[in-house]
Amino acid sequence: MKKYTSFGEISDCLSKGEASCETIVNHYLDQIESQRDLNVFVEVYAEEALNRAKEMDQKIAKGQGGKLAGMVVGIKDVICHKDHGLQAASKILDGFQSQFNATVIDRLIAEDAIIIGRQNCDEFAMGSSNENSAFGPTKNAANPEHVPGGSSGASAVAVQANMCTVSLGSDTGGSVRQPAAFCGVIGLKPTYSRISRYGLIAYASSFDSIGVLSTTVEDNALMLEVIAGADDFDSTVSNEPVDNYVKGLGESKKYKIAYIQNTLDSSGIATDVKEATLSAIEKLKSKGHEVSPISFDLLDYILPTYYILTTAEASSNLSRYDGVKYGYRTPHAHNLEEMYKMTREEGFGKEVQRRIMLGTFVLSSGYYDAYYIKAQKVRRLIREKTQELLQQYDFLVMPTTPTAAFKFGEHSDDPIEMYLADLYTVQANVCGVPAISIPNGETTDGLPIGLQFMGAAFQEKKLYQIAKSFLDS
Amino acid sequence: MDEAIRNKYTVVIGLEVHAQLLTNTKIYTSDSAEYGAMPNTHISPITLGHPGVMPKLNKRVPEFAMKIGLACNCEITRHNIFARKNYFYPDLPKGYQITQDKTPICTGGFVPIKLKDGTEKNIALTRIHIEEDAGKSMHTVDESDTLVDFNRAGVPLIEIVSEPDLRSGEEAYAYLTEVRRLVRYLEICDGNMEEGSLRCDANISVMLHDAKEYGKKVEVKNMNSIRNVQRAIEHEVERQILAIEAGEEIISETRTFDAATGLTASMRTKEDLNDYRYFPDPDLAPLNISQEWVDEVKSKLPSLPNDLFERFTKEMQLPDYDAGVLVDTKEIALYFEELCQHTKYYKAASNWMMGPIKSYLNELTLSIEKFPLKPIQIAELIRIVEDGKVSFAVASQKLFPHMLQAPEKSAEQIAQEHNLIQDSSSDSIQPIVDEVIAAFPDKVAAYQSGKKGLLGMFMGEVMKRSKGKADPKVASQLLEKSLN
Repeated sequence: MKKYTSFGEISDCLSKGEASCETIVNHYLDQIESQRDLNVFVEVYAEEALNRAKEMDQKIAKGQGGKLAGMVVGIKDVICHKDHGLQAASKILDGFQSQFNATVIDRLIAEDAIIIGRQNCDEFAMGSSNENSAFGPTKNAANPEHVPGGSSGASAVAVQANMCTVSLGSDTGGSVRQPAAFCGVIGLKPTYSRISRYGLIAYASSFDSIGVLSTTVEDNALMLEVIAGADDFDSTVSNEPVDNYVKGLGESKKYKIAYIQNTLDSSGIATDVKEATLSAIEKLKSKGHEVSPISFDLLDYILPTYYILTTAEASSNLSRYDGVKYGYRTPHAHNLEEMYKMTREEGFGKEVQRRIMLGTFVLSSGYYDAYYIKAQKVRRLIREKTQELLQQYDFLVMPTTPTAAFKFGEHSDDPIEMYLADLYTVQANVCGVPAISIPNGETTDGLPIGLQFMGAAFQEKKLYQIAKSFLDS
Repeated sequence: MDEAIRNKYTVVIGLEVHAQLLTNTKIYTSDSAEYGAMPNTHISPITLGHPGVMPKLNKRVPEFAMKIGLACNCEITRHNIFARKNYFYPDLPKGYQITQDKTPICTGGFVPIKLKDGTEKNIALTRIHIEEDAGKSMHTVDESDTLVDFNRAGVPLIEIVSEPDLRSGEEAYAYLTEVRRLVRYLEICDGNMEEGSLRCDANISVMLHDAKEYGKKVEVKNMNSIRNVQRAIEHEVERQILAIEAGEEIISETRTFDAATGLTASMRTKEDLNDYRYFPDPDLAPLNISQEWVDEVKSKLPSLPNDLFERFTKEMQLPDYDAGVLVDTKEIALYFEELCQHTKYYKAASNWMMGPIKSYLNELTLSIEKFPLKPIQIAELIRIVEDGKVSFAVASQKLFPHMLQAPEKSAEQIAQEHNLIQDSSSDSIQPIVDEVIAAFPDKVAAYQSGKKGLLGMFMGEVMKRSKGKADPKVASQLLEKSLN
């Protein structure tokens, strides 16, 4: 039986008349249904997707199919989709429906993609395990006792478990790449500002990127081509022209690659992961790339910088969820102050509350300079230093995560331990540069391991090239 | 209050003026910014702060802010960063207001004021920055619920912050009047304090003349007219001085003004102040203003009241009073300017503006834009008066009303039609003079014995018998000659 794991396979079947969009959507719907226990989709648009599939079949028959005709996409529950539910996996947005499409959704629809449903995630994209969801955790299809990673955990599992062709996630500190690594799929976080954020629920605006999860580099590249680029609704988006990423995959070059020695020397790194990374380095060398060790003094400052600045922005971004205009409002309040406090206490989960409090603290007068301003300065240093490296080297390579997927509850009691899961991924967000996670073998327990390449700003084309060349051999 | 006590103190006032800008759309969305619509009809997901929305700056807003900045000789900030001011309130949809914190679009500059006694003074500005308005909460008396109208949320504002340069309620009055006149001249705000499109908060303190430090500052809010700002300040100054004289300490607080009683009352003390946690808004790209843009805005600035005053008094030799009245309203000043392109009788033109034209507009409560006669027609009216063809009295009482009835006709045409051209020929006036002298022999005798005041009576009689057409100058000359 065909699995339709990639758009390449789908296009092939469609062109040979071996399948229709309808059969493909039905296949994915069956997959979703038979794996309900993984808790991947918050809502499945079965009827709507099937109707659209029929419409696409007619379009394709007339030779009018768009670039993504036949592509079936799952959407993380943080991306606005007109007249569809939108909750960021939070109780505070109970019953909320978006009144507009995110720019990325408009672009997908314009190219005839079919949206099959919205996917579970950590609440407001805050988390590394998908355990912080009002809908309950999503499970890793490789081993349901293990987390899928987060925050776009379900978006990774959906691709891993063959429930859609690709997923759109969001990545603020690794939320696409870390679950991609945990689930053995490909996850790209593009350059900050490469994709319009209009219609992406903000967590930490100066870090947030929409990202793509897929099984093949080609699908990932094609998706980025469609959704990236200038947008009138987002003043922070880049006007840099969008490359032809798919076409670029044909080129192959010898690159200069560096790996940060201290990422491998860290005590937190699992042996399996370290070995897989070292053998990946050998593989790159054997393919003729120049790979050298370097040191990065600021490594220890990346995570604190990230948590100070993202929580600061989050504390403000999440102020709008106050029970006044939409979403959940406590039924227990007797006055305005009670309404605010109880609505937010009952509506937000513990991790979200923790980050709002932390962010409010670092922005408070008296602490602002010591935390927020200082972290801004450190961010600039880290960015400059990283940019310098990325001028000397085409890529930095490192494991995506220090360990493979951990078990449910393993880090739930200690937020700091949980935050370490983002150790290697946050650098790309702190610096606004693109990074991709690709599968790099498995642990002895059969859990996927990820390898991350980080490139200079707007070098997604090169990132896709190295990813493809690595995976093809 | 005892003058002697009052005079021991220096009053220190700084004003914060919020002006709602007259843009068609809001500052970060294309929702209409118009005032007075049905509640919650000018709202979109962006205005309501729905999840996923992002602001996009309306470029008219910095343009309007630059206009007032340039008019007040401010520095224009080139790299503008927008900041979030965080606080919770139901009429604040996002839980923060997007404003400018560290990089206000305008810094420095001044507003010139003139007091009743003629004193002139420049009031320095600290800054002018751009921000968005909040919605409006409505607390109904009988209902336990509060209703919120978000139409106003996101309407663009500028906040004009003065240095603590003002020394009295009168100065504050003059300053606000000038600010209002400026925004109206620049057409960036309608300056309506009653509707709240112009709002003012006053920071007031008093100190003994020789004090080294300013007194504790009290902020007064809720004054809905310029007059009430002056009243609130005068009351607050007195309250503070009396408190100090009684040995009390002034506390830094926010007070609200009650227009009915003329008193201020405490709203909240400084301890309850919000920590606004300002930080740069990461959803809005910084705004960079080029020299070209500044130059373009500058080149399109209209004439400002003080420039016009200068021109009216220097070039046109008008008295200060006339010039002051004319420049008070932009449209009047512009009408007058155009009128002066068609006549050189500037003082006469000013008299017409301040006299008959103003009375007509006042009577019908019209603005000058609705005035039916063009400046060129008034210029002609002035010309025929100055040429002696029609007396000013006849021109203002008869010809002008006729012209208003038939604005398509020229002044001369109407004067002819209604037989209003005055007679200045001695040949035709002398017989009337003779007739009058013959008719009042007693009065003539009285005049000749010294009652010179009777000349007016004779004049009136001559004018009556000539049906108002006799040129008064000629008539009076002939009368005097004949009587003596």
